[in-house]
Amino acid sequence: MSAILEPIDTIPDKLWPEAKYAASSLHEVTKRYSNGVIALDRVSLELRSGDIVALLGPNGAGKSTAVKLMMGLTSPTAGEVRVFGGDPRVAGNRLRTGVMLQVGRAPEMLRVREHIEIMRGYYPRPLSSAEIVRAAGLEGIEERMFGQLSGGQKQRVLFALALAGDPDLIFLDEPTVGLDIEARRRMWAEIRSLRNRGKTVLLTTHYLEEADALADRIIVLSKGRVICEGSPAEVRATASPKSNSRDRDDSRSPLANVKLLSFHTTLSREQILTLAGVQEVEATATGVVVTTSAPESSLRELLALDPELRGLDVRSPALEDAFLALTTSE
Amino acid sequence: MSTTALSLPYSYNRTNRIFSIFLRETRYEFVRAMRTKAFSLSVIGFPVMFYLLFGVMNRGEAVHGQIVAKYLVASYAAFGVVGSALFGIGVGLAGERSSGWLELKRASPMPPLTYLAAKCVSAIAFGLIIATILCLVGTFAAGVHLSALEYLGICGVSVIGGVPFACMGLLLAMLLPANSAPGIVNLIYLPMSYCSGLWMPISLLPKWMQHAAPWLPTYHLAQLMLGIFGYAQPAQAIRHVFALLGFAMLFLGCAWMAFARSEADA
Repeated sequence: MSAILEPIDTIPDKLWPEAKYAASSLHEVTKRYSNGVIALDRVSLELRSGDIVALLGPNGAGKSTAVKLMMGLTSPTAGEVRVFGGDPRVAGNRLRTGVMLQVGRAPEMLRVREHIEIMRGYYPRPLSSAEIVRAAGLEGIEERMFGQLSGGQKQRVLFALALAGDPDLIFLDEPTVGLDIEARRRMWAEIRSLRNRGKTVLLTTHYLEEADALADRIIVLSKGRVICEGSPAEVRATASPKSNSRDRDDSRSPLANVKLLSFHTTLSREQILTLAGVQEVEATATGVVVTTSAPESSLRELLALDPELRGLDVRSPALEDAFLALTTSE
Repeated sequence: MSTTALSLPYSYNRTNRIFSIFLRETRYEFVRAMRTKAFSLSVIGFPVMFYLLFGVMNRGEAVHGQIVAKYLVASYAAFGVVGSALFGIGVGLAGERSSGWLELKRASPMPPLTYLAAKCVSAIAFGLIIATILCLVGTFAAGVHLSALEYLGICGVSVIGGVPFACMGLLLAMLLPANSAPGIVNLIYLPMSYCSGLWMPISLLPKWMQHAAPWLPTYHLAQLMLGIFGYAQPAQAIRHVFALLGFAMLFLGCAWMAFARSEADA
């Protein structure tokens, strides 16, 4: 019976949720400010539906400019910005986007429930208040004034505001700053569930472990240009420093099995560099750190050369190493 | 996959939606301002307190045929609506701009004019509250005789007068950093009000000040208020309305330029 009475607006506008489309794109965008600073220099990037994209880069790289352009807060000097095929500067084209920004102070004399109600009212098909409260973990504090909340609770309210309109494209600027570990995991789970429902999430973060854990794709910006783009594994692999010519493993796929070995040894740096697969040797206070693309071969040779080797630890290069390598080499 | 027009439900009506957004925004702007005791108590309290000081103390006095206590009801009603606009919008919006909240609102689908209009209506609501309290205090404590029509006239002029000063508040919010906003707004608001004859009958001010007063928007608002009581020249009323309109346009234009410049800068 209810199927007959349901209004037309329950027909989803994406009949094939698996079909990928470009939720947002920047095409050859340049943004120059009046003081001469070039924030973005012919940048092209695309956010596709059902992806979590992490935008990384050092301060001043152009991340916030890129995000502002996509939110319609500013205009490009050259190039084109598209959100769902339209110009984001028109308010109507933002009916499918949700935003979470780092806000110093939000209106403190409004209750959490009231903030959510106001934001919901902007959208034609918002989520129910109960659903928003659940998704952001705000149970029990709906009636509190915003000004009375703790830092983590305020952060969760801002997240709720981003989700309120059931948007298809969500921008999250440093979403888990100030959250305890449990709240962070909960937010990550919510972000993943958004992605699983076919929505697109763009997040900026300084926590590289967060980008590693959440993102399907990472875009690294530096000095207004895209210097690296790919899955977290691909970006991590690009961190491998330039190998020496004798390294035969480098000719294989970019997803090389690069590992970092750390241990205490009496071997000298020159001796270790001659071993199979070794790309870099670094002496630190806690021993030696060896970057190798053939960890098993390197280990076999190391253990044969130095039977007194101790304190061995094998780990994958962190995104941090890749990031630092990429951005400091610019 | 529709890329340009959004696939909206058939029952979606843009005008209805914008109007209900406007109502909701106005309601919450007002509620917010009321809950912020520092704001609501001082914006309402100062005109009433000044009236008690200068008006009630002088009950029965007359200057150039104008009953001082009645004159001050009109002038402090003007003082009140100007203050609620300059502090509510000038200081309030400056704070929202610097904290990044305004950016969040602009990134949302909220129609920007709705937000500004809601703040304006909230400021006007405070102006009406102030005017009402002044009329009551005047009637019961200062022996002023007010007809219901005169009261409605004061309210009407408060509504009209709120708009140019809301525009002035907007301009100030674009120009002033949040920290110094309250101080600078006071530095503008208080002398401007004094020199327009809002604190005491303008005929008591020095002649040169009286001649310079028409350059101030508060002078024109005060004259409109006083006109309700017949304390200003009725033929001039339309000129004051045009002056206020001109000021509103000027403030809006400058605010727009300031906004455009802030967008171009990093």
